[in-house]
Amino acid sequence: MTKRITLKLNRETRSVEVEPNDILLDVLRDKLGVKSPKIGCERGDCGACTVLLDGKSVRTCLILAIEADGQEITTVEGLSQAGLTPVQQSFLEHGSFQCGFCAPGVVLSATELLGRNPHPSEAEVKEALAGNLCRCTGYKPIIDAVLAVSRKPGRRI
Amino acid sequence: MTQLKVVGSSPSRIDGLEKITGAATYVDDLSFGPDLLHAEIVESPYAHALIKRIDTSAAERVPGVVRVVTGKDFPYRFGLYMQDRFIFPSDRVRFVGEQVAAVVARDAKTAKRAAKLVKVVYKELEPVLDLAGALKDDAVLVHPDLGNYPRCPWFFPQAGTNIAHYRKTRKGDVEQGFKEADVILEDTYTIPRYAHCAIEPHAIVGLYDLAGRLTLWSASQSPYTQRHVFAQALAPLGLSHKDIRVVTPYVGGGFGGKAGVSMEIIGAALAIMVKGHPVKVRWSRAQEFYNTYQRQGVIARIKLGAKKDGTITAIEHTLHWDAGGYVEYGANVVNAVGLSATGPYRIPNVKIDSVCVYTNLPPGGPYRGFGYSEFHFGLESHITRLARKLGIDPVEFRRKNAIREGDTLAYGAKMNPSGLHEAIDRVAAEIRWGHKESSTDPHKVVGKGFACFWKAPAMPPNAASSAFIKFNEDGSLNISASGMEIGQGYLTVMAQIASEMLTVPVHRIRIEPPDTDRNAYEWQTVGSHVTWGCGNAVKAAALDVRGKMFEVVERALGLVRDTLFLEDEKVKCRARPDFELPFKNFVISGIQTPHGNFIGGPILGSGVFMPEFTSALSDPETSQGGHPNVHYTVGAAAAVLEVDKQTGRMRVLKAVLAVDAGKAIHPELVKGQVTGGVLQGLATVLYEDIRYDLKGKLLNANFTDYKIPTALDLPDEIVPIIIEVAQPDGPFGARGVGEHTMIPAAAMVANAVEDAIGLRIKTLPITAEKVALELRGIRYDDVKGAYMGLCFAGQPDAYDFRTTSAKKK
Repeated sequence: MTKRITLKLNRETRSVEVEPNDILLDVLRDKLGVKSPKIGCERGDCGACTVLLDGKSVRTCLILAIEADGQEITTVEGLSQAGLTPVQQSFLEHGSFQCGFCAPGVVLSATELLGRNPHPSEAEVKEALAGNLCRCTGYKPIIDAVLAVSRKPGRRI
Repeated sequence: MTQLKVVGSSPSRIDGLEKITGAATYVDDLSFGPDLLHAEIVESPYAHALIKRIDTSAAERVPGVVRVVTGKDFPYRFGLYMQDRFIFPSDRVRFVGEQVAAVVARDAKTAKRAAKLVKVVYKELEPVLDLAGALKDDAVLVHPDLGNYPRCPWFFPQAGTNIAHYRKTRKGDVEQGFKEADVILEDTYTIPRYAHCAIEPHAIVGLYDLAGRLTLWSASQSPYTQRHVFAQALAPLGLSHKDIRVVTPYVGGGFGGKAGVSMEIIGAALAIMVKGHPVKVRWSRAQEFYNTYQRQGVIARIKLGAKKDGTITAIEHTLHWDAGGYVEYGANVVNAVGLSATGPYRIPNVKIDSVCVYTNLPPGGPYRGFGYSEFHFGLESHITRLARKLGIDPVEFRRKNAIREGDTLAYGAKMNPSGLHEAIDRVAAEIRWGHKESSTDPHKVVGKGFACFWKAPAMPPNAASSAFIKFNEDGSLNISASGMEIGQGYLTVMAQIASEMLTVPVHRIRIEPPDTDRNAYEWQTVGSHVTWGCGNAVKAAALDVRGKMFEVVERALGLVRDTLFLEDEKVKCRARPDFELPFKNFVISGIQTPHGNFIGGPILGSGVFMPEFTSALSDPETSQGGHPNVHYTVGAAAAVLEVDKQTGRMRVLKAVLAVDAGKAIHPELVKGQVTGGVLQGLATVLYEDIRYDLKGKLLNANFTDYKIPTALDLPDEIVPIIIEVAQPDGPFGARGVGEHTMIPAAAMVANAVEDAIGLRIKTLPITAEKVALELRGIRYDDVKGAYMGLCFAGQPDAYDFRTTSAKKK
């Protein structure tokens, strides 16, 4: 038994057949071809599969695809369509990633944070990123990059 | 050498754009179309059991199942340094979670469902779960066939025991050394196992095509080594290196866990069984924990003696390693420590026994630090304690005994140039050593801890690197080498080296992760050696390219080669200041002569690096006579630690780490290694806490129960310090730094804990729970409950290092 769901994925309307127990992460990667959300733990611990669902960061390994029917999903592929966002630019300048596997999820969590709180404190940045595990960087260059964006006046996130 | 322009600067990472836009591709992101098959593994529920019978018939009947594979299909062993591991074991299982069979199906859900239908009948055997059990007189043998396994010449397994390797190092006369000592301190330290926790799980896709060629897309630090191990293991099927190709896209973190070959052999084997179809094996997070490699557990006894004036006279360091069910790579960790467990000190009389012991726990193997993190915990704790016992400041004690260039190492070779003294001095100044700090909160106290460190790459003496460089029509460059970008910034550093040599800017150089069919050879990306080894190869290739450019210009234009030089992507001439020839004008098409013909053609060069001065051959009883290590990278570190006496909770207020990079080719990347390594190291002390049940099953194979640090766990301040005492045979003087930055963490925290609250904790981890209990006079070991975290189930102080098996040797 399958069901057809419709999503607005990176501003494009996409329709796809899913099984009731398909998780959103697998559907994004295997049926819709969007590969930036990564499979890291499959239980909501690591944040590598983060996307923005109607503007809020969620872990797609914990969501059934059918739950996302009719909603809007943004991945890093969607963010960069019109060139780098200020968050991405700052991450590039700060050398915020090493292996890069966690990067798409971290970029989205940071984007969400700065969207609702353009001038977060360091503690707020750490709190907002605490759900995205990074084993390489020690987080410091990521935190620095987010704070640098917040300090630049008048920039859209 | 003229002033360096690119080396020593910190250009933007050349893989940065791909990584922040989601363009970077990892193995699991590759598309193989609708024919891709998926595998699910049937795993042993027992730590030690005989496999009596496997019934695959029910699984084979499930629609969508293509093939069920067991040990009968592959009765072959494999291994990097000793062939003791099985593709699928056919007679016995040696740890909980070991692969017994695999179901290959059209989709992952079907494979998973069918795997549950594979019936395996086991005869449970007594498991060997700790070192005492493994080394007792009538110990159950994990590998009854140990004596028959092919191995490298520097391993010394003891057939008929559980000792997989025994490294002895002897220098001077330790008995005499202890006689000369005024103070002797002897104690035991215990270090549990740890997991790498790269965020990308292992994954491999294999395709054995209808023409008989095997291609593997592998998340690996070691494409060439994988190809070699696959070729060895699959040789009975008629495959050889030419038929096997390993492609490694970006890797989502390695830390040693993706070195050598672990689960990847399953992908290679399954591909053989489903000829013509690509098949994917992707590890779950749980499998990451129990069926790749773990950092090995170890119990270590240290006896250290010094004179009143602080001169160390002798060390006896005995380490027994819980290496798990297979040690094909892990035994080399034990070997490396057996050569270097003096730490970075000049000690005239040395006795080291490093013993690799089979147990029925998951296989041990390489993990960032390669055994050095483990032995430094005990040794650097001990150094501070002996200094205090002597009444000498621990930093002064280190300074007095710190090794210098030319000092004789434990195995007889000489120490390389080293900035250890500078590192000690600069860390001590930055941490304000000797200045006692306090907290405004009456429940909190602050302590400082100091530690030195060293580490050499552990590599065979013929671990070679090579590189190709070719020009493109626009004068841009491609570098082809097979080091692996595992996050450390290798690609950028190689581009910088070529850029420095050839004046082509870094942003006009492309270098990508390897493919063994197309890229030049590299042994593997481990041991923090690629900046040095592969960097030398890239530099040699650039020299080759430059020579070929000069040769063409000389031949076509009659300018004398010795007068030519490169500047701003042009060939210029000292004798003819008006002459300049842009690269793009000739590096592909050559130079046209007045006759209309063209001289030259596409410029390409190659470079090779082999550490020809090394040798692993030495006396097995003393380790004297060889030159097993290429060089050591040294450094020092310190922490300011706040301890809450009520809760035991600790906060690192400041961490300082100085590392001698020889030459920091990209200083920001070096600092990135320090920040990341310090946090990874701190996590092994403060949070990460592995636990097995009493039958050998790993209890916390996930990030909920095995805590790795989040952004909230960062120390308040981390100060990286780069020391640059050049490595004479390194590219621009560089040596590796990646692994080293996590090595001192455990000891510096333990030393800071003692400084703060007066308690010496000799068993890792040092969790808040443990500190809180110890502060109340309760021994953690007495209350920890029925589980195992350590390689020795009893009280560490009661461990008998004089084992029967060990005595046989």
